[in-house]
Amino acid sequence: MLSVYNINVWYGAIHAIKNVSFEVNDGEIVALIGANGAGKSTTLKTLSGLLRSRSGSIKFMDQDIMHMSAEKIVENGLVHVPEGRRIFQQMTVEENLDMGAYTQPRDTIAGNLERVYEHFPRLKERRRQIAGTLSGGEQQMLAMGRALMANPKLLMLDEPSMGLAPILVEQIFEIIQALHKAGTTILLVEQNAQAALSIATRGYVMETGTVTLTGSGQELLHNDDVRKAYLGG
Amino acid sequence: MEVLANIINGASLGSVYAIIALGYTMVYGIAKMLNFAHGDVIMVGAYICFCAVSYLGLPALAGVLLSVVGCTVLGIVVERLAYKPLRNAPSLNVLITAIGVSYFLQNAALIIMGSDPKSFSSIIALPALQLFDGRLTISATAVITILACVIIMVALTLFTTKTKMGKAMRACSEDRDAAQLMGINVNSTISMVFAIGSGLAAIAGILMCSAYPTLMPTTGSMPGIKAFTAAVLGGIGSIPGAALGGVLLGIIEILARAYISTQLADAVVFAVLIVMLLIRPAGLLGKPVNEKV
Repeated sequence: MLSVYNINVWYGAIHAIKNVSFEVNDGEIVALIGANGAGKSTTLKTLSGLLRSRSGSIKFMDQDIMHMSAEKIVENGLVHVPEGRRIFQQMTVEENLDMGAYTQPRDTIAGNLERVYEHFPRLKERRRQIAGTLSGGEQQMLAMGRALMANPKLLMLDEPSMGLAPILVEQIFEIIQALHKAGTTILLVEQNAQAALSIATRGYVMETGTVTLTGSGQELLHNDDVRKAYLGG
Repeated sequence: MEVLANIINGASLGSVYAIIALGYTMVYGIAKMLNFAHGDVIMVGAYICFCAVSYLGLPALAGVLLSVVGCTVLGIVVERLAYKPLRNAPSLNVLITAIGVSYFLQNAALIIMGSDPKSFSSIIALPALQLFDGRLTISATAVITILACVIIMVALTLFTTKTKMGKAMRACSEDRDAAQLMGINVNSTISMVFAIGSGLAAIAGILMCSAYPTLMPTTGSMPGIKAFTAAVLGGIGSIPGAALGGVLLGIIEILARAYISTQLADAVVFAVLIVMLLIRPAGLLGKPVNEKV
């Protein structure tokens, strides 16, 4: 579904992503784990067209998206929930969801909205509320619901558990699994390696801009190096 | 009665400032830049209307329409040629470019229209309003200017809250990257905001010159700066703030002119800005910026 081959991304003089290649197949949950600054978020931003790679190729559903505009990439079904949620704080919950459906034909929006409210009943209760007044967990739900409004074929989640209480983290991961069951392929970037790997079909470990290790979720979960570096022994 | 007349005249002048300030504030909100050439678009708008009516003999309404279309196109072209290439440049570079565009427009007008002031004939040919047995006279221009401002405000509010484009505009001004991730084309949204702002500037220019009929290449610069002051006073980035700031500033200016001193009126206006910046830097309706620690 998504194949990334040898991408290289610079921030000015800093070479942030070095020859990264990986794949996401239809129906998988793929986890991208690694420490702060390993290049996980940069990788996602490159996939969604906010940053550009200087080399290699990015193919999504057999289309070259490396030179495609960010808008077109969303339209094609590759949707990115950015780190820190980045909801529109001054707009209402429903307006945020409306923005998520920006690329969608008008007649599909109502149905999508219902589907999002089924996944996130809390958002329905608060749909007239200004998004900035939501709690952290609700904001994460809104960010994910907003992305679902774009009918993603592949949903990229950047640190969905960041800053949330353990009980909420559990809830968010349950929702991710529910979305996956409902047919959405997922690329998950997480520092919470334990949680991410335990639901992932496959995983990639990133370190200082390169992919250093790959395997199934379970393999990585039991890999000694991974345990030492990311799972606290 | 005299005070009331002054307040109404002030509200009328303030409405002009408000319409100009809307352009400033919307462009600032979305592109995070101060478009100091915005004032000169007013002047271009007034010249277009003047030429259409006085040289081509077109009816006033056609002149207004031509002027709005002309300025809308001008706004889009200026953004595309001068500001878009600087999208990721430091804000000082963009600011200096805007000042450059301002000089360019003024001097282009100087070459094309000459330096002698043109006498703008008001496009509003209606009798003045007489109230209280003729003790209070309000010019039709003042009434129409205030009305135009109210209509524009209502229309813009509906546009930004009810339409898809308008909401996309708010989304872009809040978080440009996140807006892109929604599939919103940020460049075309910025372009649209420049188009709207410049079209409004044309209307402001025509209304202003209908009340103060001297038209010169520098006609736009002072109202431009005052409208910027109004935008800051109301809270830059806020649409209702621009309207409130504009009207307040107009009233302050006219009252200062009537009761303090004609010469000092402008000084009073800018003193208000300084005081505002000292006590409430975010403006009347602006949100205070919390510094992250």
